[in-house]
Amino acid sequence: MSKEIWWASESFWRKNAIWITAGSFIVLIFLTFDTVSQITAGGKRVPAYSVINHRVSYEFDEKRNMQVPVIGVEEPLFGQKLTEEEAKSLVSRGKLTTQAKNCMNCHTLLGNGAYYAPDLTKSWLDPSWGSKDIREQEMVDFLMNPQDRLHNGLGRRMPNLGITEAEARATVAFLKWMSSIDTNGFPTNFVSIDQEN
Amino acid sequence: MTALGKLDSSNLNGGQKLGVKYYTVALALFGAQILFGLLAGLQYLYPDFLFGILDFSVNRMVHINAMVVWLLFGFIGSSYWLLEDESGIPVVGLKLGNLIFWVFTLAVVVVVLVYLLIQIGDGTHTSIWLINEGREYIEAPRWADIGIVVCVLVFFYNVAATFTKGRFTGVGGVLVLDLIALAGLYLAGMYYTPNISIDQHWWWWVIHLWVEATWEVLVGCLMAYGLMKTLGVRRKIVETWLYIEVALMFGSGILGLGHHYFWIGTPEYWFAIGGFFSALEPVPLVAMVVHAVFDAGHHKLKSTNNPALAWIIAQAFGNFFGAGVWGFMHTLPQINLYTHGTQWTASHGHFAFFGAYVTMVIAFFYIAIQKWRGNVYMSGNMAGGSWKWKWAIALLHIGMLAMTMALLISGYEQSQIERAVEGSSWVGYFTAQAHHWFVQGMKWRQIGGWIFTAGFVLLVWDLLTIGKRETRPAQALTEID
Repeated sequence: MSKEIWWASESFWRKNAIWITAGSFIVLIFLTFDTVSQITAGGKRVPAYSVINHRVSYEFDEKRNMQVPVIGVEEPLFGQKLTEEEAKSLVSRGKLTTQAKNCMNCHTLLGNGAYYAPDLTKSWLDPSWGSKDIREQEMVDFLMNPQDRLHNGLGRRMPNLGITEAEARATVAFLKWMSSIDTNGFPTNFVSIDQEN
Repeated sequence: MTALGKLDSSNLNGGQKLGVKYYTVALALFGAQILFGLLAGLQYLYPDFLFGILDFSVNRMVHINAMVVWLLFGFIGSSYWLLEDESGIPVVGLKLGNLIFWVFTLAVVVVVLVYLLIQIGDGTHTSIWLINEGREYIEAPRWADIGIVVCVLVFFYNVAATFTKGRFTGVGGVLVLDLIALAGLYLAGMYYTPNISIDQHWWWWVIHLWVEATWEVLVGCLMAYGLMKTLGVRRKIVETWLYIEVALMFGSGILGLGHHYFWIGTPEYWFAIGGFFSALEPVPLVAMVVHAVFDAGHHKLKSTNNPALAWIIAQAFGNFFGAGVWGFMHTLPQINLYTHGTQWTASHGHFAFFGAYVTMVIAFFYIAIQKWRGNVYMSGNMAGGSWKWKWAIALLHIGMLAMTMALLISGYEQSQIERAVEGSSWVGYFTAQAHHWFVQGMKWRQIGGWIFTAGFVLLVWDLLTIGKRETRPAQALTEID
């Protein structure tokens, strides 16, 4: 057999495998520190939980050339202004409810999950709730008793998951907070519910 | 030595005896995955089917969890299968390994029963500790997470300690390092946060860095061993290729994680990083195709185990098309904005998991059954014919391709109508779901599912009977430079 070519040799590629893996991983660690600091609640991209005390809308930003969440006037959820701690606890209960009820195996959240039911990223802003004035109660009622509400021509329904009123309100808080996350323009071309008075 | 063709455990070494136990459970869970996939698929067509009894969310959860677990069982079984061969010594903690196998299997049964019978809990930490964590793919409740970590650590100890005590081959070295990453990454998914952006950020560490990095390297190790066993390819060649694959796989896959960070709240720089590195992700998969096809051609397709070689070649192409091409098609952010969270992902998911992983585990099922029957002849013109394995591989592929294409067409329609035209509102979602192109896609997917099921039944039948009537020993390996 002829002399081994260096770039086809086992040891060359073994070293490459080690260095490339280690190098990529180190870059990932650095990026992770930066990313986590940017997506911690209270930062620019992911607002504090008390954002639920305000109007959240989703508007086109000329400079970024995409739709972005805009935090507007004070508009407390269920008419009740909460402290950051109270808001965090409510949103957390809502998030726990979405996990315990397995929402993600029908719906997508931030586009991740299953595709049997609509994406929930901007569900707080969806025009289907009718009007801004009845939206909160509509959402609570729907979450507690979705099984009889045929809302599409397919016959596809959401089952009754035994969601209590407190859990439903917490879930609405979680959904409102989630709609304020800067998702780089996802979903695109979205038309929100009218929130002007 | 028992008669050739008779199923006898004395034909196997200790690690292999444990390996086939894992394979048996893996095959049963593969069946469960298909069953619950069929149920979930039917619910797209008949929404009232099992409504309120076994809702879509339950069927879909069991469908994807059974898949993750059966593939893991397949990988663990395959690692035990090759362990004594590669290291040259018996598995160091075989008794513990056996005990852990039963613990792991029992835990899986309990988790599935809870999924099916209890399904959901109230919105408290108790529910995610005991019933269901509600995070796609890693729904297993926290107690089971801890159990999985313990089981994987024992498995890791067995693999690492056996190689350390015996000899470290290239395959062994890569496998051990890969398992450290595989076990460590699981921890990233084991905590609760109310912040969904942070949640999904770490969730992708588990899902992506498992499926698009560590699992790929693991099947790279299995392919290396498989090619040595079925074709007699020289170790130096397969191990050099393995290093190339590791370099390219981790070099593209680790930062390719960025393609999941476009829309979950993470910064805009992930557009460039995720787009660029994930566009490179198909490159190592091309290397695997070249490697497998070149070796097979070089050895003039003379193999000791034709069904296993066929599945290895199927893996090379399936991995390239399913994971590589189908992933690349919607990985750039400009396209992904419209396809993220549609049936595009389902199309890619089905084809990729099948092409990259199912194929390789099935190849190892055939390698195992051959030795289990006393290293029986499994090349051309087998006694009893070869029609079963050939039809099984054909039906499984036809079924999978039908599902993939059908889901892709539904996905195209969804990205056009729900996303581009209707702007992703709920009305837009249901308008797209009701469109006849979408509905046709769901119907064809179901037909694909039935064909796949037929292939599975034939595969099980074949695995139970292949080599049974054969009396010749396996064809000798001929090493070619």
